[in-house]
Amino acid sequence: MSTLTDTFRRNGASIPLLVTAALLVIMFAAGSVQYEGFFSGQVLVNLLIDNAFLLVVAIGMTFVILTGGIDLSVGAMLALSTMVAAWLVEQHNWPPLLVIPLVLLIGTASGTLMGWIIHTFEIQPFIVTLAGMFLARGLCYTISTESISITDPTFVSIAQTRLSLPGGLFISPSVIIALLVLLAAFIVLHRTRLGRNVYALGGNEQSALLMGLPVARTKIAVYAISGFCSALGGVLLTFYMLSGYGLHAVGLELDAIAATVIGGTLLTGGSGFVLGTALGVMVLGLIQTVISFQGTLSSWWTRIVIGGLLLVFILLQRLSTGRRRA
Amino acid sequence: MTKHRLFWPAAVLLALLLANVAFNHDFFAIRVKEGHLYGSLIDILQFGAPLVLVALGMSLVIATRGIDLSVGSTVAISGALACEHIATSASPAALSTVLEAVGISLVVALVLGLINGLLVARLDVQPIIATLMLMVAGRGVAQLITDGQILTVSSAPYKLIGGGYWLTIPFAVILAAVLVALTGLLTRRTALGLLIESVGGNPTASRLVGIRATGLLTLVYVFSALCAAVAGLMISSNVSSADGNNAGLWIELDAILAVVIGGGALTGGRFSLGGTVLGALIIQTLTTSVYSMGIPPETTLVFKALVVIAVCLVQSSAFRAKVNLRRPSSRPPLNPGRARNVEKHEVGA
Repeated sequence: MSTLTDTFRRNGASIPLLVTAALLVIMFAAGSVQYEGFFSGQVLVNLLIDNAFLLVVAIGMTFVILTGGIDLSVGAMLALSTMVAAWLVEQHNWPPLLVIPLVLLIGTASGTLMGWIIHTFEIQPFIVTLAGMFLARGLCYTISTESISITDPTFVSIAQTRLSLPGGLFISPSVIIALLVLLAAFIVLHRTRLGRNVYALGGNEQSALLMGLPVARTKIAVYAISGFCSALGGVLLTFYMLSGYGLHAVGLELDAIAATVIGGTLLTGGSGFVLGTALGVMVLGLIQTVISFQGTLSSWWTRIVIGGLLLVFILLQRLSTGRRRA
Repeated sequence: MTKHRLFWPAAVLLALLLANVAFNHDFFAIRVKEGHLYGSLIDILQFGAPLVLVALGMSLVIATRGIDLSVGSTVAISGALACEHIATSASPAALSTVLEAVGISLVVALVLGLINGLLVARLDVQPIIATLMLMVAGRGVAQLITDGQILTVSSAPYKLIGGGYWLTIPFAVILAAVLVALTGLLTRRTALGLLIESVGGNPTASRLVGIRATGLLTLVYVFSALCAAVAGLMISSNVSSADGNNAGLWIELDAILAVVIGGGALTGGRFSLGGTVLGALIIQTLTTSVYSMGIPPETTLVFKALVVIAVCLVQSSAFRAKVNLRRPSSRPPLNPGRARNVEKHEVGA
């Protein structure tokens, strides 16, 4: 019985996922027909290179949304990570091998703290992570209001490294890190106890509690994971931009939420796929690519299209879950 | 007296104002110059007027257990529409042009509010998500209207809305005060406020007693969008230009903060217009004090974060229960200590 409803649920949620995959193919095909030089493997690979940090952040967001929560602090946390990394490496000459773990630790610790506050004091995740967002952006500005560029040789050499793939394609190390995070997230969500707990918590917190699942630990863990992912996203962004700045990634939380929703994760929690999130990130990246290939469309069309897509996918979710209920 | 729900917001505001006097002895001075009132207090009221309006709409939305993240985008869109209309018209200084511009902005805001309201009330989409879409797309739309430029207009009647004076008082302050008073009358002298609180407090029970939530929910989102549109007109009129990117940036967060400081619960079911106005003024005073005390303005965000955390902890019954377990005699629970702590941070830094 439980497997039956489980499969049913997964099928219900996979309608948006199929739509996303179809959208990706259609957009790529349309782009290839329309624009010269669009149909190449490198355009697809560039999607990953340009959006590696977003992919990592969106994976963390998927964990949080699967439990029915939300994390608005990811963009600010990512900016803080770039800032701390740049500040320590450039102005205090700390070795990058020490700074990067430290930044990841700070991100994980802040996430854990937010998760603890959310769980212990029963405050809505929305408002706690909003406060976290204010705090992280504010801390960026207390470090410096200017952008700090990174000239450290380790960072520069990682940023410039390109790994060749068969077929004349190349990728950056960030892509490999992002894909490893994706793989790890997939394994954790679908093959471990923590993953089952995440889905159970999002499905029905009350039931999860009554079943004796570690609700507190799971809830704190997803915010810790999201904090870690934002910090890692920050590190990847420093490889990409070679700078730390308090205004990096303004509005990234919206992109991460959009990618998760477009990837078929239900905002009410309990149902979704982390691989869908990866597709969602690709769709967002492809929108930007199409708009830059188009040339005459201004960049703000990206926002409008993302908003519109979000609307379509939320309506799709409504329809598919509505049918399930009925 | 400390039991009154407006006591703590009012005390925090007063303390903030007094803290300013320590840095600037003329802080309370109000002078009349060229027939206009001048002074730091007047500045706080004038620059705080848009936030008061946005928070006014937000407090009703939050009372229904909702949230409206799209107000910042609505602020940008309404300013952009009005400036675009005035800038492209033949006679920018004519009163009729300005009235048309205001009308266009309000009608568009009405439509935007309807979209939010229908998504939440009819399609049962979570309010955060429903309004998030407009928040994402809205800034793009605002930039589309202004073509990505900062539109500058010179029109005396338009300037009046946010930067002008009427009977020596800034017009924006009068406008905000009138709208707050009207909303107060409508919600507290009729059953409307009670119905809104009931929908937020217990949707099931209010449905069972026959309250039509759909209409009420749509109404509060439309109201919130209209308030945001008026705020957008004030902001763009004050600087005589429309900036699709930065107008009303993060005002949704300030507005939510104002409502929460004023005693509105994010879990819905109650609102206090007086508290919301005090909350908005506290935030504006905080911003102004940060400037006048010579603290780097960037750190305002850190203060705001601390204020949000403190206020939410005070509101959290779980937190109060835990503190009361440790100190059974504490009365009233933690409020005073928290408020003072916040003060210390602000004065100390």
